[in-house]
Amino acid sequence: MLRNVSGPRRAFLAACGLVLFSAVAASAQVIVQPGAPGQPSKVLPASTRAQLTPRSTKDIEFMQGMIMHHAQAVEMVALMPGRVEKEDLRLLGARISQSQADEMNFMKRWLMARGEPTEMKMEHMSHDDMDDMDMSQHMLMPGMLSAKQMEALKKSKGAEFDRLFLAGMIQHHGGALTMVKDLFDTAGAGQDAQLFNFATDVDSGQRAEIKIMQKMLGEKP
Amino acid sequence: MNRVQSLFCLLTISLLFAAGAMAQGQLESAPPLPSGMTGSNAGDPRFKLTPGIYDAGESAMGLKHIALYKKPDAFQLGTTDTASSKIQGALGSLGIGDSSKIPAPMQLVLAQLAFANSDIAFQGNHLFQGNFYGMNIYDISDPAKAKLLTTLVCPGGQGDPSVYKNLLFMSVEMPNGRLDCGTQAFPAPEPGAHGPAPQKDRFRGVRIFDISDIKNPKQVAAIQTCRGSHTHTLVVDPNDKENVYIYVSGTSFVRPGEELAGCSGGTPDKDPNTALFRIDVIKVPVSAPDKATIVSSPRIFMDSRTGVVNGLNNGGSHSTDGITKPSDTDQCHDITVYSAIGLAAGACSGNGIILDIKDPANPKRVDAVNDSNYAYWHSAAFSNDGKKVVFTDEWGGGMGARCRANDPNKWGADAIFNLKDNKLSFASYYKLPAAQGDSENCVAHNGSLIPIPGRDIKVQAWYQGGVSVMDFTDPNNVVEIANFDRGPIDPNTLILGGSWSAYWYNGHIYSSEIARGLDVFDLVPTEQLTQNEIDAAKTVWVSELNVQNQQRIVWPNKLAVAKAYLDQLERSKGLAPERVATIRQAIAKAETSKKKKEFKELKSQSASLQTDASSSSDSARVSALAEVLKNAVL
Repeated sequence: MLRNVSGPRRAFLAACGLVLFSAVAASAQVIVQPGAPGQPSKVLPASTRAQLTPRSTKDIEFMQGMIMHHAQAVEMVALMPGRVEKEDLRLLGARISQSQADEMNFMKRWLMARGEPTEMKMEHMSHDDMDDMDMSQHMLMPGMLSAKQMEALKKSKGAEFDRLFLAGMIQHHGGALTMVKDLFDTAGAGQDAQLFNFATDVDSGQRAEIKIMQKMLGEKP
Repeated sequence: MNRVQSLFCLLTISLLFAAGAMAQGQLESAPPLPSGMTGSNAGDPRFKLTPGIYDAGESAMGLKHIALYKKPDAFQLGTTDTASSKIQGALGSLGIGDSSKIPAPMQLVLAQLAFANSDIAFQGNHLFQGNFYGMNIYDISDPAKAKLLTTLVCPGGQGDPSVYKNLLFMSVEMPNGRLDCGTQAFPAPEPGAHGPAPQKDRFRGVRIFDISDIKNPKQVAAIQTCRGSHTHTLVVDPNDKENVYIYVSGTSFVRPGEELAGCSGGTPDKDPNTALFRIDVIKVPVSAPDKATIVSSPRIFMDSRTGVVNGLNNGGSHSTDGITKPSDTDQCHDITVYSAIGLAAGACSGNGIILDIKDPANPKRVDAVNDSNYAYWHSAAFSNDGKKVVFTDEWGGGMGARCRANDPNKWGADAIFNLKDNKLSFASYYKLPAAQGDSENCVAHNGSLIPIPGRDIKVQAWYQGGVSVMDFTDPNNVVEIANFDRGPIDPNTLILGGSWSAYWYNGHIYSSEIARGLDVFDLVPTEQLTQNEIDAAKTVWVSELNVQNQQRIVWPNKLAVAKAYLDQLERSKGLAPERVATIRQAIAKAETSKKKKEFKELKSQSASLQTDASSSSDSARVSALAEVLKNAVL
């Protein structure tokens, strides 16, 4: 029908259609923001758009630090071939490596999307393990194995490797729990949905793996 | 090149860097499939679907996609993240002050979980779709033309909903949740400042809205809990019409006592009142929901012999060497109650547990299991007869790609357990058979039973793995019978998306798509599912559906149900072909003539079927068929 309608009239009809359409759309759907309990709700305009929560420097440091932290777990699992003895430990190691490599990708994406570097500036790093380190080593996040511990792991084999790996990974995972606690103990931190979800998953996931490793370690003669 | 052009280049490069290089270059490559394990099938057509947010390639078997309702604009990122000075700066230099002009891929990368759709609940013609930013309420009178009625802005994640009469419940767990539903969250302190900052306006727990006016929900109560509410479960006591209960599962950090009195998160030996190692039970007076309050915090992980509250761990037994001290299961992720049998199944981080809930305010653990392939016990569902439980393992928390060909199919899978005399025993695993790509978050997630009589069938969400319908009638041989999948949102970057929950409700399947919106599907017949079986499922009608409050499915004595049983008996060869033909004819006559005499004939067939049942290899179904025909109606 509209094909035969000439210029101005056509524009007018189109405009009417648009008005009609928006009127219908507006009456069909409301955007409501409730108040505190007992308070009335308010109607928000149709132009309302979602907003991201503020991000804190702690959030950035947490992600950068956890990338370093996870990298060591992957490195530890990479030592398994030719050294590990028990089959269930080999599989657990594979799962840890698979999980943490994937999580490192997640953290890098999170940082890059926000225009932040994936590596931490030196002044934010923990100095707790200074004594254990040789000068060429990077500084460590909580729970990370020292250069000496990594060296001992590299030199071990069989049952001794299994024991050192389990003890080391329990220590390592314990550090992640400390990092998560530290994040949520900081005012204004952890409000980004993805970061919150990720940190919570790291906490429950690594807690569960610690349990499994403790049991494995306990079974050793 | 002028200034604007060069800035544009800079921006383009930085965006490319963010969106594209993210997935390549510096990223870790996927480890190989561990030896001795089997991965998912990369030969499946679902493995190589083309990417796109709204134009991705699709693949379907046994499911027909009816509609996608896009997430409303109010839940789309409209303003840029002001803290991201680099992006803002680059956009600003280009004169793009209007952040709605941020390239769509970049918006997706930034938004993701902040405005993610989550779980769904149903009441009458209304569908309630939770979102980390609030809730959307749809009118689904016509599922092919659903209408968005109300967008409720109230951030705090995950926004899991339940609905009971005029009350809508919503889970809140994140530190940005506010009592007044404000979107501003709480300010970050000066750089370098540390230590918790209690906020009296922070809300983490369960909100209650009055939805008497569906277009103007009002918050009537907000029950604060120490760990917030990751999920919650509506519990209706068959013996108490005045109150309902809410089981609160909190999985995240315990807030300080300075913010909420009585909260502490110490280890149980040093802190006997720790908010860890418990769930919270809220009692809600239906006519006075503002009086809702926590009535108990059951220690469901307690060791009944020793009385220690941390009595469960997923390693099975405590170590005895005195060196290591197990840190135990301290939370449930999700609890499904089945009041008709007086039990609940809890998926509780390191364990799957069974609770006796005959006294709803005081659930008691009656069994617990663990599994070495399970990373995180996430959710549970009973079979309708209560003899099986399907648990899920949310390995990777749903944000990772864990259905790749190199991911073992025992990890991040369903585990089917038999349940007998309140004891669970493992039967088998089921994982989405089709491999998914590196940029598709995928793991077992939420689903519901489809009321097909004579079979245990569940529809389930697998995030970007899509929707999968599986038959677990035989717990040792679970098979997929229908599916729907889209390609990844982005081919290189994992953008969070996919189906969070896929539930059957009164004849259709609704899937909450995290990034895209709300999908609706119909079941369509295949070799493994007949039209009669689908029609039989449609005879079951409920007035409300909160999947974690599981209701017993009861089928009417309709001929549609009888026809479904006949199709199944033909498939299982549990009834001789000539008997199947005879009864089909008798049913057809009754359907067309609608005469009493024909229904009398069906009743006599019913009597002879009782005899058939004794010699049949499928006697339960033959008996069920006989039962329907005894007093069949159209």
